[in-house]
Amino acid sequence: MARYIIKRLLLAILTVFLICFITFFLMNAIPGGPFNKEKALSEATVQALNERYNLDKPLFTQFALYMKGLFQGDLGVSLKNGRDISEIIGESFPISARLGLTAVIIALISGTIFGSIAALMRNKLPDRIIIFLSTLFTAVPSFVLATLLLLVFSIQLGWVPVWSATETNYVLPVIALAAYPMAYTTRLAKTSMLDALSQDYIRTAKAKGVSKWKIIFKHALRNSLLPVITYAGPEIAYIITGSMVVETVFTVGGIGSKFVSAITNRDYTMIMATTIFLATLMVLANVVCDLLYKVVDPRIKYD
Amino acid sequence: MNNYDINKTPKKQLLSMQIDLSKFEKATEEEKKQQDVMSESTTFFKDGMKNLFKNPLAVISIIVLLLIIGVIVVAPMIVPYSYEEMLSIDGKRDKGAKNLAPFEYSKAEQAYMEKGGERFPHIFGTDEQCRDYFIRVIYGTRVSLVVGLFASIIVLIIGMIYGSIAGYAGGRVDLFMMRIVDIIYSLPDMLVIILLSVVLTNVLSFESNSFLAKMGTNMVSLFIVFGMLYWVGMARLIRAQILSIKENEYILAAKSIGTKPGRIIRKHILPNCLSVIIISTALQIPSAIFTESYLSFIGLGVQAPMPSLGSLANSAREGLQSYPYKLVFPALMICLIVLSLNLIGDGLRDAFDPKLKR
Repeated sequence: MARYIIKRLLLAILTVFLICFITFFLMNAIPGGPFNKEKALSEATVQALNERYNLDKPLFTQFALYMKGLFQGDLGVSLKNGRDISEIIGESFPISARLGLTAVIIALISGTIFGSIAALMRNKLPDRIIIFLSTLFTAVPSFVLATLLLLVFSIQLGWVPVWSATETNYVLPVIALAAYPMAYTTRLAKTSMLDALSQDYIRTAKAKGVSKWKIIFKHALRNSLLPVITYAGPEIAYIITGSMVVETVFTVGGIGSKFVSAITNRDYTMIMATTIFLATLMVLANVVCDLLYKVVDPRIKYD
Repeated sequence: MNNYDINKTPKKQLLSMQIDLSKFEKATEEEKKQQDVMSESTTFFKDGMKNLFKNPLAVISIIVLLLIIGVIVVAPMIVPYSYEEMLSIDGKRDKGAKNLAPFEYSKAEQAYMEKGGERFPHIFGTDEQCRDYFIRVIYGTRVSLVVGLFASIIVLIIGMIYGSIAGYAGGRVDLFMMRIVDIIYSLPDMLVIILLSVVLTNVLSFESNSFLAKMGTNMVSLFIVFGMLYWVGMARLIRAQILSIKENEYILAAKSIGTKPGRIIRKHILPNCLSVIIISTALQIPSAIFTESYLSFIGLGVQAPMPSLGSLANSAREGLQSYPYKLVFPALMICLIVLSLNLIGDGLRDAFDPKLKR
């Protein structure tokens, strides 16, 4: 166990380092320095700026300095508005985290419930309706759903207020974010529930005369949860960080929409810092999930 | 036959199994019939296809997809507008043809038709730059489908070669190759795609008139990214298949008569993991289309004026209240394509992998 954890952590550290490395050098491969603006700056100013941001040093020294800054929590400064990036992330990330976590929890719980219902009532009407809807929703891109929700409920019907500085209503973004993982979890839960129900221990329990609900909750559901947990880990990381489109549509000031606007504004330091931050978070979430998975299912061997 | 007698022919050996032919009966007609081959011999592939066509959902999806493909091939030949052309009458730009509703004509067009001129209807209306929206959606669909298909083929080829080498070689080579896969697998794909798109857009440049330039550097970088990132899932899958197939006796037999590894992989191993390959490729296409539309939506997809379903949906957001149909058409198209591809993939899985059938 200890060996496995160490191995997994080492791999994670290597991955994070690799991401920093790739990001840094890719961003530096883009032609044109950060101070190439329409209005030409005087040579002395450029030199002073280069010195200030260490741009006059060799690339590898710059990378080392950047990494050193990262360890001290210094993510650099946004090229467009000159603000401290750690500050921007500190402001916007909690919004994304709250939005994403709500969506994921709703998606996982309701997906498991619907999937189990579908499996228990196999080939009956509820099963067909649930599977039809979940197949449909896996085919709707999140931006389409988000835009339609905004159009119908905020603009046409006016039931839900549009997101603004004073008005923060999470209902529509959460629905738009949760739809796809919910549909996916439903299908996953149905398959694994059916699998669990056909196992020998279920037949034994039935033969012993265990009540139907006890079989479902104690034997079938517990065993069918494993694939859902495997899916949950990466999905949590993905939704917290990757809700860019939904955040952009609803103009939520989360880290996703900050990332998108950094891309459209070609704000390279911001793109770099956000990528490194989000990627590190995702890698960590994956490690935690992997370890949890082994704790939940003792049958899995550590390799 | 008649003068053959078992008792007269001497036994060559005491325990010999020499048989007495006269004790045999001739087979009756009925018995002969039992040996007839009732149906044509079938291969694995034919069998799977037969199963697939028994699945009504899959058949409907195939028909829908074929219809869409038919329309996007034929429509540009019939519709007299092009995706980048601003509408004009007799060489004069028609400035009134802005944001027309489906099947609506602009004032200039109406006047032109009253004089006896003919005008092809704007089936989906026009966009804010006076371009025919129907043909833009058609081209967007073309782009999305081409991206999905090519990206999946790239993924398939790289993943197949890498996975089969790792799986077949085994041992240290396998360990090393799979470590690399592990690392790439743990990279957050969407972030890397965005990052690479941002960088490649700035770095790549093509001759202005080539096909690649028309598609846009974003598109090319999308293919590169797919080629670099998404093959790992396929490689893992194929490696796992090969590891289990490798243990079969027929592989040992092939090895013992001196067959070369390349031939063993091609002739004996790959055909046996065909079902897995087909299924995951079929499911890869819709996910590639999703990724492309997602990237186009945040402005990293194909280069304007070339439309893609994602970028069309994105630009439709601006006049959403007044012209909701501009979002509906491309959105519906994405959903239809992805839905039918998903259903075909599911159908293929049920048809080719009976073990997974529920």
